[in-house]
Amino acid sequence: MEICGKTVKFGNDVNTDLIIPGKYLTTLDPQELAEHAMEGLDPEFASKASEGVIIVAGRNFGCGSSREQAPIALKYAGVKGVLAQSFARIFYRNAINIGLPVLECSGIFSKVDPGDELCVDLAGGKVANLSKNESFQAHEFPNSVLEIVGDGGLIEHLKKRLRRDGLL
Amino acid sequence: MNISEKILAKASGKEEVSAGDVVEAKVDTVMINEITGPLAIKAFDEIGIKRVWDKRRIVMVLDHEVPADSVKAAEMHKIMREFAREQHIPNFYDVGSGGVCHQVMVEKGHVRPGELIVGADSHTCTYGALGAFATGIGSTETAAVFATGDIWLKVPETVKIDVSGLFQRFVTPKDLILTITGQLKADGAIYKALEFAGPTIDEMSVSGRLTLCNMAVEIGAKTGIINPDEVALSYVRDRTDKPFKPLRSDPDSNYERKDELTVDSLEPQIACPHTVDNVKPVTEVEGTPVDQAFIGSCTNGRIEDLRLAAKLVKGRRVNEEVRMLVTPASQEVYLGAMQERLLEEFIKAGACICNPTCGACFGGHMGLLAPGETCISSSNRNFIGRMGSPKAEIYLASPATVAASAIAGKIMDPRRLEI
Repeated sequence: MEICGKTVKFGNDVNTDLIIPGKYLTTLDPQELAEHAMEGLDPEFASKASEGVIIVAGRNFGCGSSREQAPIALKYAGVKGVLAQSFARIFYRNAINIGLPVLECSGIFSKVDPGDELCVDLAGGKVANLSKNESFQAHEFPNSVLEIVGDGGLIEHLKKRLRRDGLL
Repeated sequence: MNISEKILAKASGKEEVSAGDVVEAKVDTVMINEITGPLAIKAFDEIGIKRVWDKRRIVMVLDHEVPADSVKAAEMHKIMREFAREQHIPNFYDVGSGGVCHQVMVEKGHVRPGELIVGADSHTCTYGALGAFATGIGSTETAAVFATGDIWLKVPETVKIDVSGLFQRFVTPKDLILTITGQLKADGAIYKALEFAGPTIDEMSVSGRLTLCNMAVEIGAKTGIINPDEVALSYVRDRTDKPFKPLRSDPDSNYERKDELTVDSLEPQIACPHTVDNVKPVTEVEGTPVDQAFIGSCTNGRIEDLRLAAKLVKGRRVNEEVRMLVTPASQEVYLGAMQERLLEEFIKAGACICNPTCGACFGGHMGLLAPGETCISSSNRNFIGRMGSPKAEIYLASPATVAASAIAGKIMDPRRLEI
């Protein structure tokens, strides 16, 4: 499992109201959510992300509300994954559950510049900066989380479990 | 074990757990509202299971945009209503029967000490005020709970905050939690539980305790929690006839850290734009002009909050440059405010009374801000764009400071208003 993309950088405490403001939450259409992704910080984000990007951020990415529309908006805007110094816990779980890979990677913020081409090996947590020919180690996923990532999200993961137990 | 460890041990059928353990826990109650609920329902349908695991353990509340302010919002409400009907979920609070979900949860007896409660809303941590372990989850995870009744959770490290001293007049639990947020910062307690204790908490009303625990998530915490005492137990007993077993921290419990704080000389505090941890004493920002003053939300929309605000506006007029919005947190609060004639004081002062809803706090409807406007609010978040335009500014404060500022037309220390 590998994700690759150009770097887009954001700072500390990027909250879910910035990722997707409350006024857009009356839709279940992921594409519509994606159009407004990050609009509070960068109104051009959705068009920039469409080619497939990796977000690199500082501390506490995704703080604030429990809205799952936040990782959904990012995923459908074209974000392949998020690497941050740390994540707010609900955002972290939500992202994993909807199949948006997010990895904690200490010190990454100062080592990567906007536009750098990154490739991340999700199983081992290896991050390669192809533009600078450098590599870093992100925190590896615990096994239980890696299984969900591997299944593409919690719903598929749960269905597998329920089928195994004969409940579905 | 501390209270959080005991509840998670009980919920996962273990004798003992400690911080860092990952447990598969049985959920006592799960809550959704109309912002997170429709996505959860969609995900539940995708799983393919026909029936929820236990219809009596699900609470559904319409609160963020009620009554529906747009066709799209109405569609979300309809999805909720239809699901409640199909699954025969008895605890469904439609427009006119509930209010802000967290207030409804505690007020209608859905929260009991010793229970594990999850909710598809980040402020679910509020219920720790009654000695439950409660935390926010997302929609997909909620769907999984609907299907199975269980969830994996990491047992959090706990930071204990011991609070002593007496509040000055017009200084409130909101000022205390803003102080703590300013000190620990927005990521100061990520993944952790904050356990509030000490003589000040023992003396605090349930309403104040709810305010404290409500904002634990603004420090990144998984929950805020208080050991249930007679104050909490009598509040719960009045609202539920179901049995429960309160759990409390052992005297030799493990804590990652113990902080101490005294409130004797605490001033009213204010969180300045655009982060909740940008906290200053109100005296440092006095004089900042405001366009809107909002009293409401799951943080400070309860009857005690309305009483405090009404005391300050009584016999005065809201400044002509300011619109003051008062949004009771629930139908019960609304009724109480009517019976106590608080609504009359607000109306005479020139405030606008809104129906129970998240309303302006969530920035969905009922009091959005235009570019360049400033709002002082008793709510919990001042993020860019939270209450409308990304070019508006939000200051968070206690209901007393909001009311005093509404009268003054600019941010004002409530202690300076003569009563």
